[in-house]
Amino acid sequence: MAKLTLSRRSFLHGLGCSVAASPFLTPVTFASGNWDNRLVVIILRGGMDGLDVVRPYGDSGFSSLRGRAAQAEMGGKDSPQDLDGFFALHPALSGLMPLWQAGELGFAHAVSTPYRDKRSHFDGQDLLEAGSAAVSGIARDGWLNRLLQSYAGTTSETAYAVGRGDMLLMKGAAEVANWSPDAGLYGLSEQGARLAEHVMQSDPLFAEAFAEATVLSDETDGAEGIGMSGESADEAMGMMSTNAAKAGKGGGHKQIAQFAAGKLRQDSRIAAFSLNGWDTHAKQDRALLRPLNRLGDVVSTLKNELGTEVWGKTAVVAMTEFGRTAKLNGNGGSDHGTGGLMVMSGGALRGKRVWTDWPGLDEASLYQRRDLMPTRDVRAYSGWLMRELFGFDKRLLETTIFPGLELGNDPGLLA
Amino acid sequence: MSFDRTLAEIRFGTGLSPRLRGPRNIDDMLRRLRGEDKAAKRYKIEPYEDFAERLARMSEQLRLRRENRGKPEGKEAEKQIAVEKRRARKAQHRWLWQTLRRRAHTQDGLRERLSFFWADHFTARGKVNIMKRASAPYVESAIRPHVNGNFADMLKAVLAQPVMLQYLDQKYSMGPDSRVGLLPASRKKGRGLNENLARELLELHTLGVDGNYSQTDVFELAELLTGLTYTPQGSFQFRGDYAQPGAEHVLGVDYGGGDATLADVHAVLERLALHPDTARHLATKLAVHFVSDAPDPMLIAHLEARYNSSGGNLGAMTEALLEHPAAWSPEPGNVKQPIDFVGSALRALNVSNEAINVNDWKRIRELVAVPLRLMGQTWEEPVGPDGWPEDDSAWITPQRFAARVGWAMSAPTIFSPSLPDPREFVVGALGTRASDEVLFAARAAEDRATGVGLVLASPAFQRM
Repeated sequence: MAKLTLSRRSFLHGLGCSVAASPFLTPVTFASGNWDNRLVVIILRGGMDGLDVVRPYGDSGFSSLRGRAAQAEMGGKDSPQDLDGFFALHPALSGLMPLWQAGELGFAHAVSTPYRDKRSHFDGQDLLEAGSAAVSGIARDGWLNRLLQSYAGTTSETAYAVGRGDMLLMKGAAEVANWSPDAGLYGLSEQGARLAEHVMQSDPLFAEAFAEATVLSDETDGAEGIGMSGESADEAMGMMSTNAAKAGKGGGHKQIAQFAAGKLRQDSRIAAFSLNGWDTHAKQDRALLRPLNRLGDVVSTLKNELGTEVWGKTAVVAMTEFGRTAKLNGNGGSDHGTGGLMVMSGGALRGKRVWTDWPGLDEASLYQRRDLMPTRDVRAYSGWLMRELFGFDKRLLETTIFPGLELGNDPGLLA
Repeated sequence: MSFDRTLAEIRFGTGLSPRLRGPRNIDDMLRRLRGEDKAAKRYKIEPYEDFAERLARMSEQLRLRRENRGKPEGKEAEKQIAVEKRRARKAQHRWLWQTLRRRAHTQDGLRERLSFFWADHFTARGKVNIMKRASAPYVESAIRPHVNGNFADMLKAVLAQPVMLQYLDQKYSMGPDSRVGLLPASRKKGRGLNENLARELLELHTLGVDGNYSQTDVFELAELLTGLTYTPQGSFQFRGDYAQPGAEHVLGVDYGGGDATLADVHAVLERLALHPDTARHLATKLAVHFVSDAPDPMLIAHLEARYNSSGGNLGAMTEALLEHPAAWSPEPGNVKQPIDFVGSALRALNVSNEAINVNDWKRIRELVAVPLRLMGQTWEEPVGPDGWPEDDSAWITPQRFAARVGWAMSAPTIFSPSLPDPREFVVGALGTRASDEVLFAARAAEDRATGVGLVLASPAFQRM
């Protein structure tokens, strides 16, 4: 299986591309200053039930709302873990307790985007990723992309959207690399690749996707890239299948975290991806286990793969489109709600804290008497994180990256 | 801009075929669409009513297992459960191949496209056990027969489908004050109302998220929908003893109030179908799907008006689409979704019916199901009830496009061992749309497989 190593330069040159015009050859210019820090943003799709993940057992209203979950004994390996005498962590995340103890894990509770009332996943996620103040004014680009647009030194390697899903969060005028660790240009010969480039040139959408695929396919570990003309069609299809199966067998999220960490160890500073499966309308004592295990895996994988030094400069933030109803529904699940939870981790974090202006759980304190009342905008936490990690100007954050946001008090997120 | 034979097949059908002649004009398209459903007859997919027999057998075996734990009968039931699961998984792959054969050999491609579009509009998938395999039967029974009919009838059929009732958690939703809801056992288990279906019915299926409704409407509608459920044997059932007593007030109208009946639910569905926000929502979606991510507002207005004037008739709205000049703009339009791409490639290659044995599910998985997943369209598993994205850029990311290119390079040889000459193939596959670049690549490729692959990977073929 001869893998033809085609460097970016020779590949693009061979195609007659002007080297200077190539987006892939922009020099790396952010070796110093704030751009040495790393940010990982995880979108938790489906509406994570913050009240179940970080449980306010110290609130007298909790047990009447949540019954069994509220009565669980604390401390054992498969039990909720006490955090601070008021909140307890869901048992499925107990593997992260060492990070909590080390100050590398923290939460913001009773937070939400400005989205209210219709409780649609799709609008909710759009708003979360666009960073807009209202559905009517949803921006067409994502807030992470606007952040990149605001910084002169970014290159095509600065930010990665990882995985096969699509992320508004990263879309926009600034260049962002997109890749999934199990992808590759199977079965395409070098000559075929050159002709393909020729065929794509008149359609920018295809031309750009193909150029990026060519470079990344060549770099990805594990997947074979260009230059497999010796392979039969059957072998190429077989390889596509095998690689996909490897990624799909429950390890897809770890592969994604590994890939992101690999890029962040090098020139990349920002990576984003999604974790699905949070829409727990029924039997959530079981339904929530898988997504939580994945989240725990992802955080652990990032820490391990980044290594002590880079992990020390890293902040990971996981956010969701909305919380869920305070009371469980008729099927042991919860319905779409409002106030929710943000999960933060990383060696750069000053964690071991639950940041919150706790609203209380008695019926009158709930939003519309049904949901946890949001007391702070998730964007305020994201904003402070950007500011501390990369030194962004307050005004820029409040007008361009998160239009209409008031950053408010400094929560002191970073160590 | 008006009817064009190439566009009729590419944009409104399942692609050009070197063998089958496409429709001659719009009347011909509509005549085919309104005539007999020949593709469904020739390439059978199990209707849901038959699939329910699998569910009934499964339910029986689950009962036997439960009642005979640790005994030989329990072990035998365990074995039968595994057999049913395997059979259903095989069947799901068979139906995927049948779907593609329909696309490859139909003379009525518009019907395939409309069935896909409306199935996507009413995205549903089973969540438990073999119900996960029931998507194609659901579409065959609830969607396909109604693509030319009244939207209200499709809506009623969908809300009587166990796949949808399971998917959006309607099955166990019960009125807190219903006869069953008041039983101590229900109270103990905390059984009650679930809003999921009601919310998506308003947000996705009818009025649209910009529609004029409130959380109160969602709640009241959820109460009105209580009673829609199905038996353990997988047959639809309306249970009056699950229904919340009293009238419900949805969008300014009262429904029910007497003994709960299915007729109350049908009454609200008929009203929702004819709501002006629904007309607007459906017209926009249809134009976006067939014509462009940003369709001409005049086209949307035209579809909307026809929907309203025809009393919510989908056949009439389709006709309005075909007669509007904006639908026939000659520039390449939307990017094909992966299923469109693979289907049209098989059609262009004139792949024989026997290219894959319809029962060889592993082969179907390797050559079709896995590639679809890598292209971003895990078959019958869209992420949410809003279905597949329409946005071109959602499909053409580097990783997803790499999968299309990889498939284009390798799969055709496997499906058609005697590949066509790329110089002829490019004409058959693209007709008048073949650009100079594609013609050059087809000529210059080092072998047939690469030449054919380049034609299939080209933007001219990838777009509709």
